[in-house]
Amino acid sequence: MKKVLIALLPLTVFFGLIALLFVNLSTHTEVLPSPLIGKSVPEFEHQTLFSQQTRTQDDFKGEPWLLNVFGSWCPSCQYEHPLVNALAESGRIKVVGLNWKDETEDAIRWLNRWGNPYHEIMVDYVGSTAINLGVYGAPETFLIDANGTIVYKRAGVLTEEIIQQELLPMIDKISL
Amino acid sequence: MLAAIGQFLLILSLVTAVVLMLVPMTGYFKNNDSMMRTGRPLSYLLFILTFATFVILVSLFVMQDFSVTYVWQHSSLELPLRYRITATWGAHEGSVLMWVTVQALWIAAVARYSRSLSLSQVSRVLSVLGIIATGFLAFVLFASNPFEITNPAPLDGRDLNPLLQDFGMIMHPPLLYFGYVGLSVAFALAVAALIGGQIDEKWIRWSRRWTNIAWAFLTIGIILGSWWAYYELGWGGWWFWDPVENASFLPWLAATALIHVQAVSERKNAFRGWTVLLAIIAFSLCVLGTFLVRSGSITSVHSFAADPFRGVFILVLLGLYAGGALTLYALRVNQLRSRDAINLESKETLLLANSLIFITATFTILLGTLFPMIFDAMGKKISVGEPYFGLMFFLLMIPMAVLLPLGTQLRWHKDKMTSAIRALVPHFFIAAALTVAAYLFFAGLNLRATAGVFGGFWIASTSIGQIIKFPGKPNAGFVGMSVAHLGVAVFLFGMSLTEHKDTEKDVLLKPGQTTSVGGYEFTFNGVEQVAVENYQAQQGSIQVSKEGKDLVELHPQKRVYPKQPQPMTEADIYPGFTKDIYVSLGEKINEQGAWAVRIYIKPFIRWMWFGGLMMMAGAVIALFSKRSKRQEQQQVDQVMQQRLGL
Repeated sequence: MKKVLIALLPLTVFFGLIALLFVNLSTHTEVLPSPLIGKSVPEFEHQTLFSQQTRTQDDFKGEPWLLNVFGSWCPSCQYEHPLVNALAESGRIKVVGLNWKDETEDAIRWLNRWGNPYHEIMVDYVGSTAINLGVYGAPETFLIDANGTIVYKRAGVLTEEIIQQELLPMIDKISL
Repeated sequence: MLAAIGQFLLILSLVTAVVLMLVPMTGYFKNNDSMMRTGRPLSYLLFILTFATFVILVSLFVMQDFSVTYVWQHSSLELPLRYRITATWGAHEGSVLMWVTVQALWIAAVARYSRSLSLSQVSRVLSVLGIIATGFLAFVLFASNPFEITNPAPLDGRDLNPLLQDFGMIMHPPLLYFGYVGLSVAFALAVAALIGGQIDEKWIRWSRRWTNIAWAFLTIGIILGSWWAYYELGWGGWWFWDPVENASFLPWLAATALIHVQAVSERKNAFRGWTVLLAIIAFSLCVLGTFLVRSGSITSVHSFAADPFRGVFILVLLGLYAGGALTLYALRVNQLRSRDAINLESKETLLLANSLIFITATFTILLGTLFPMIFDAMGKKISVGEPYFGLMFFLLMIPMAVLLPLGTQLRWHKDKMTSAIRALVPHFFIAAALTVAAYLFFAGLNLRATAGVFGGFWIASTSIGQIIKFPGKPNAGFVGMSVAHLGVAVFLFGMSLTEHKDTEKDVLLKPGQTTSVGGYEFTFNGVEQVAVENYQAQQGSIQVSKEGKDLVELHPQKRVYPKQPQPMTEADIYPGFTKDIYVSLGEKINEQGAWAVRIYIKPFIRWMWFGGLMMMAGAVIALFSKRSKRQEQQQVDQVMQQRLGL
């Protein structure tokens, strides 16, 4: 009996461990629940990139909008940019850009090269709004409803699946 | 073009590894000498191929070939040459390639330095190592290929994470990989022995030297990691019980148990099954650590980018290696049963106790590391941190510190427990007196610090006593052991005081203002903008003085790298024998130039790392022990045993 135990105990413990790791691998998500979901957009006041006007959170009330944090220094932003272009062109949602910690000339050059899908672009040179939004790193995208409440957040690049399976259903829901 | 050659060499390496895995092992089963003899040349070839692959990846970084995805993602035009080289192993793909290269180097070393093993043994060991190399090479090729091409190539790269632009980071990963991979030799030996169904002293003695080297590398790798975290992260901490840190600590703990048990099993026919099991556990924990770090299963400050496919791949490797080895163990362990009886009152018993303590510690920390995953599987998020690990580890190290001197005091084979304890009693009083003195000198210590300081003095006093009383000329084994154990003492002392007697102060300082912390005055002379190499920094200037005498001017920085939005905090440290003065910049508070400044006084923190270095040195010194002498001793032991009828 003791002999069998010595022989089989390590193997049993090990398979328990493997099972746990496997279950975890299939259920684990990197999505950290954002404390901002369900809260109002933090207050802000920014210059726009091209028209040099001032915009605050109240200017966007009345219809749902998508806030896309980007910078010309960020290769992943360039990676997701065609999708943002397509999304804006589809007219499903108003897309607003937050140009984060970027030089104006660089941003303009970048937009000329890769296309400008944005309804408006606000310049957050010091990163104050990005901090209030809890931005980890560009790109990040926030979906905000007509009342100015954040309903969805994506940290990292948007992909086709995420737009199809998460973002668009959410847009449909709040547009009703 | 070069990237394509790299890719090709990578495939050749994989093919070589597959051949190494199959041919010598088949030769062993068919009793075919010429097939078994292919093991050594194949090992050398494998190393040449993987090393060439690695050199090509380094060259791609040096030449800034941004058509290679991995290169543009982790380098940029501004990156200085030395960091372009180290960026090679700064992220997932390159670091796995480096791992494989080190693995191949180790295999070649085993092929070269295994003359004392018979051909049938060497062929099995090399084939088992071939299995490991095949798995990791397949992982590089199919799940983390560093030679992937981006078309069209970007004009500039994304830059290397600034945290990794540092000396500590240049050395830390390679050293750890040497340690992890080194443990694969002990593993391969254990598996090869299980395949053959027998293991003898010579074989364990051979493996023990490899384990010692691996353990030394692991130790220095962990120390460097801790040192890097201390000065680079700007929080003044040196160990965070982060899952990734635990991933390196778990194999270390298991390997510590292993090297102590090997001391017994190379001398006599005892603990054979346990030695084999510990060798399997130690290496399996390395692979498990790799899984935890690279699968994205655990949220950690320095885990690699998450990729479920990689996770599944490593999990399969872990299942094959550890699962296969443990199955073999289950089938064969009862053939390895040890014949020699173990006397309760002997060094052997205490070494067994040591391995049990360390393996308990291993599983306690493993459990704490996996606990968030267990909860995650049930849909909850929790984190297990310092309170759990700190307390559990403290409790587990009490028996370790108490029993260590007893283990070194007791003689092999048969001794009297009472006389050993009697010999240690004076040291108990010396340690107690020194602890009281320390308690008074430091104006009070809390319970944990008192226990730690006492443990340090207790181990130091007994070790020194044993060195003085050592009969005859000390051999390298004894010197190595004593140095390592004194290292434990130095570590305990430094760690207890750093943890429990440090001073920390967050202050708001205007230019010209002075604050005093722990008997030192800190005068803030404002912040200026400086441009260095590839970054800009706001550099503070803080004059440190004691009783009106200027000591040093510290320059902590807030660095901004061009492609990273987050500023980096770079602390400045005035290191000292008995304390470090550590200053880091917080945030700028107002336009008048006031800054939040964080000041730490860290007593005896260097002792902790120095203790670790001594442990490592001990393991290295022990390598030089005269084997012939020990074999002679062993024969004498056996004769004595027979005469005493044990």
